[in-house]
Amino acid sequence: MKLHEYQAKALLAPYGVPTPQGEVARSAQEAAAAAERLGGKVVVKAQVHAGGRGKAGGVKVAASAREAGEITEGLIGASLVTAQTGPQGAPVHSVLVEQTVDVARELYVSITTDGSRKRPVVIASAAGGMEIEQVAESDPSAIITEPIDPVIGFQAYQGRRVAAALELSGGQSRAFASMLAACHRAYVEKDLTMVEINPLVVTEQGALLALDAKVSLDDDALFRHEAEAGLRDESQEDALEVEASARGIAYVKLDGDVGCMVNGAGLAMATMDTVKAAGADPANFLDVGGGASEEKVSQAIQLMLADPSVQRVLVNVFGGILRCDVVARGVADAYAKADRRPPLVVRLLGTNVDEGKRILAESGLDLTLVDTLQEAAEAIKAAG
Amino acid sequence: MSILVNSESRVLIQGITGREGSFHAQRCIDYGTNVVAGVTPGKGGETFGERVPVFDSVLEAVNETGADLSLIFVPAPFAADAMLECADAGIGLMVCIAEGVPVRDTTTVVRYLEGSKTRLLGPNCPGLISPGERAKVGIMPGNIHLPGKVGVVSRSGTLTYEAVNQLTELGIGQSTCVGIGGDPVSGTGFVDVLELFNADPETEAVVLIGEIGGTKEQEAAAYIAERVDKPVAALIVGQTAPPGRRMGHAGAVITGKAALASEKVRALAEAGCAIIPSPAEIGATVRRMVGG
Repeated sequence: MKLHEYQAKALLAPYGVPTPQGEVARSAQEAAAAAERLGGKVVVKAQVHAGGRGKAGGVKVAASAREAGEITEGLIGASLVTAQTGPQGAPVHSVLVEQTVDVARELYVSITTDGSRKRPVVIASAAGGMEIEQVAESDPSAIITEPIDPVIGFQAYQGRRVAAALELSGGQSRAFASMLAACHRAYVEKDLTMVEINPLVVTEQGALLALDAKVSLDDDALFRHEAEAGLRDESQEDALEVEASARGIAYVKLDGDVGCMVNGAGLAMATMDTVKAAGADPANFLDVGGGASEEKVSQAIQLMLADPSVQRVLVNVFGGILRCDVVARGVADAYAKADRRPPLVVRLLGTNVDEGKRILAESGLDLTLVDTLQEAAEAIKAAG
Repeated sequence: MSILVNSESRVLIQGITGREGSFHAQRCIDYGTNVVAGVTPGKGGETFGERVPVFDSVLEAVNETGADLSLIFVPAPFAADAMLECADAGIGLMVCIAEGVPVRDTTTVVRYLEGSKTRLLGPNCPGLISPGERAKVGIMPGNIHLPGKVGVVSRSGTLTYEAVNQLTELGIGQSTCVGIGGDPVSGTGFVDVLELFNADPETEAVVLIGEIGGTKEQEAAAYIAERVDKPVAALIVGQTAPPGRRMGHAGAVITGKAALASEKVRALAEAGCAIIPSPAEIGATVRRMVGG
């Protein structure tokens, strides 16, 4: 789960991560009042769950409180299209109004968990303000990594080592090490999957400040972080995806016209790839889950049909715990209720497959039943 | 022959009296697995089915029955505790099925296991099965498997069933099928399983099924190029997944160039693997590779 910048900063600050003074505002009036309190000259930053805001016009300097209000007026209610949002953009409902900072140096620092090392790692670079993936590609030697032992935690010497690699010394080295230790405490205590401070700036006055901050929480650990779970902003997510997630269905909207309903994430990706190999494009990723009921299957199909770009439907289920007769009833139910019925290709295999096929055959639905993935691909192609 | 589990394995099931645990325990027993004990705290003294004794703790179960392999059906929030209890009791292999174990919990458990004699498979995995040994320690449908000489290792559940089914339909049997799980951090990895398959005299070829996210497939490729002398067929799914979006599995998200399907395919092809061009052609590719 992603947080907005202002939420991320509010989460990190109590741990000892220094951030610029700022206030979140949800209207031009609020923004102007906040700017007034911050001394007039401020930065106004659109709060969306996507990077690349600066280039997209989502971060602007205001010389006065009035200008801060005007900028906010233009941002709130609009959609911000950045390199990471796709053409529909992300809706702006709030801005962060912050004091301006005189920047001497921009650094990059993050903590994330590395699946290969099987532990959290600090990633740092002196090229702050750039995307770390870009740095990794253009100059991999400029990236500093410092693995953290999950049992003993982050050690002070590691903070000094990273500071030295970033050519920070004296008080700045100490400030950096303590900020990094603070990030790590937050990372552990709040079950974060990422904390990224980019840029971390050294001001003209020599102080360190987290100018921007991104934080992601582990969805699977939200059960033990009630307060943070409440920070979710569903307006930043696709409406169908929010609905799917509320029903325990893993769904991701894609650009094609073939709706895919599958059990299991791996088989769902394989089904999408098979559709692609057949010359068509999947409209979605959908994993209905292992223990789905007839009702859940029906809901999954209805959810998929709610996407107007879906013109063909492929159901691919390998019954294990999920029985094919349950799937067949769910599919038949959804199609009976639907106000439109795109061509349907069903491939069932595994537990109670004969019963499943019989139910579909007797449902009176116009559908194509196939036995293999290859046949499914061909039938989808023919339905296009 | 097989790896990790065989007919001699003495299997313990944690959470055996729960809804999922009892359902799958019965199916493992029906398949022929040597289930010797169950554990549910507070239910010690009961019997599961006709003959499986239930204990309050893993340690008791190990002491009383000599269990050496544990299949864990404990819900995700409590999985770390169950895994650590297993390690404490000296279990040789534990298989954690639960999806949704917090990353921090898995990371801590995996670090704790370093240097211990306990091996972890999972979490978020279907388990493993050795058809020729009639030993099934997981949630896969047993009937699609056929005894044979191809080892299967995969990050997925149902896609593994798909792969196995395609092999069986062509008469190609399996030595052991191992699901390593779909989480970003997990215990046993591709490299560990490849090492075991390579050393297993009865495994003649390997099918590796990977997906987008992380760099586990690249590590597998490096190991294959250097150490594996048996033919390997590889499938990577998620070619159509957009960057930055999690595809169901917590580990299946493209976070950089290396996480792309195309990069993984390239690494595995360079390592000499037979690349399976589409998920519909798993069986056909393996047949061409093993010649049959």
